[in-house]
Amino acid sequence: MKRHLISAADLTRDDALLILDTAEELSRIADRPIKKLPTLRGRTVVNLFFEDSTRTRISFEAAAKRLSADVINFSAKGSSVSKGESLKDTALTLEAMGADGVVIRHNASGAPHRLAGWVRGSVVNAGDGTHEHPTQALLDAYTMRRRLGDLDGRRVTIVGDILHSRVARSNVLLLNTLGAEVTLVAPPTLFPVSVDTWPCEVAYDFDAVLPKSDVVMMLRVQQERMTAAYFPTVREYSRRYGLDARRLAALQDHAIVMHPGPMNRGVEIAAEVADSPRSTIVEQVANGVTVRMAVLYLLLGGSEPAIGGDVTPAGAVSPNGDAKRGGDASRREDA
Amino acid sequence: MSAASVPAHGPSPDSDVSHKTVLEAPDIRRALTRIAHEILERTKGGRDIVLLGIPTRGVTLAARLAGRIAEVEGEPVPRGSLDVTMYRDDLRMRPARALGRTELPPEGVDDRVVVLVDDVLFSGRTVRAALDALNDLGRPRAVQLATLVDRGHRELPIRADYVGKNLPTSAREKVKVLLAETDGRDAVVLEVPK
Repeated sequence: MKRHLISAADLTRDDALLILDTAEELSRIADRPIKKLPTLRGRTVVNLFFEDSTRTRISFEAAAKRLSADVINFSAKGSSVSKGESLKDTALTLEAMGADGVVIRHNASGAPHRLAGWVRGSVVNAGDGTHEHPTQALLDAYTMRRRLGDLDGRRVTIVGDILHSRVARSNVLLLNTLGAEVTLVAPPTLFPVSVDTWPCEVAYDFDAVLPKSDVVMMLRVQQERMTAAYFPTVREYSRRYGLDARRLAALQDHAIVMHPGPMNRGVEIAAEVADSPRSTIVEQVANGVTVRMAVLYLLLGGSEPAIGGDVTPAGAVSPNGDAKRGGDASRREDA
Repeated sequence: MSAASVPAHGPSPDSDVSHKTVLEAPDIRRALTRIAHEILERTKGGRDIVLLGIPTRGVTLAARLAGRIAEVEGEPVPRGSLDVTMYRDDLRMRPARALGRTELPPEGVDDRVVVLVDDVLFSGRTVRAALDALNDLGRPRAVQLATLVDRGHRELPIRADYVGKNLPTSAREKVKVLLAETDGRDAVVLEVPK
């Protein structure tokens, strides 16, 4: 059966634990003289990035190369073709190249889901619009587990721009699967309308949530996606929802501070907090490679994927290609 | 999703298989003691050896061998585990599986005599994978192989240096090694389909 990693909800608890355990074993090869395994020799992984990204693309590339896969980086930036057509055309090109796995980042929510109906290989979502970023959630869970042990019953507080954050959605879904209790904190303007259907708590007072948190995850204020006035001033946002030294002191001794990067120092996180030993921000980047190796191995290493979800090819394309265009790429936005 | 593919349980698989215990706990104990002494003889007192068990039961056997060698020589023996999953030649014939642990002693394997330890030697493919895995970890001075049971049917030019028991089998039969640490008791059981 063909399976993909498009949403953190594609993963059962067993799937998620298998990925984390596999990553734990794979982390050991970072200390070896030869940091390479022959496992995906002869398999082709295509990195398809329609949106700018440094760390995620490099991380996926390093992961695939450490498993000996052939990596093709396909940067679709600057394409003049309209969104729907270009994705479809690209899918057909990938088919012609015989990609076993496609890693896709796209600014339209739902693009990976659409792609999964078009290609034979497994699709891994590396961030789609404001929808999901499942491998980020996996590396966050992995980082938490390394620092704190089992996640069952742990309290995780995610603070900031929930509305535009694919990281928050994937984290809520995955952490819920793993048994952690998630609380989202943001100004009311930065919550999506559907947040009451998410498996988590919602709060507006950061200070009240701090003392019972095991993990505080700060999200970047995504100024490039902010088309309306979501809060009066950056300074006010920072005062009410930023993590500074005073708030850090209110945390329990074992609690950790996370950030998916890139950070706005001085806005959502103070520089001294970002650089404190309780911050896992640098670890998160290193763990990203290991976790993505685990995902690629489990999806592509065997006769069939050992993890992930199936996609019913709703928009399945006939050979003469009458795919519906444009807007329907975003229909899975609140899946 | 993945749970849905588990097949419904048919009649107990044991009903059409007969079990024959070929080694009991004392036999296993004696075999391991003998192997420990043979290793010491061949390596002139166990100088520079590292015992690497292949998960799961090879690791347990390596630990027991290390214990026996330490008793005789009065010095601890470096040991570790070597997972070969990522190096197997049949990876693409089955879904990707969970990994075992690779853990080297601090001494590493460079310039050492590595003794690979596994429970059953059959086609030799696991050992081939282990030799490849070892190649990525360093350059041992020599590699030797210890196995509790050699059941024959080799598909590659590989042989064991230390064998607990040579057990002639037919290809249809299965050899199961049970160890107290993982299975609650020590035994080697031959499963013969009826």
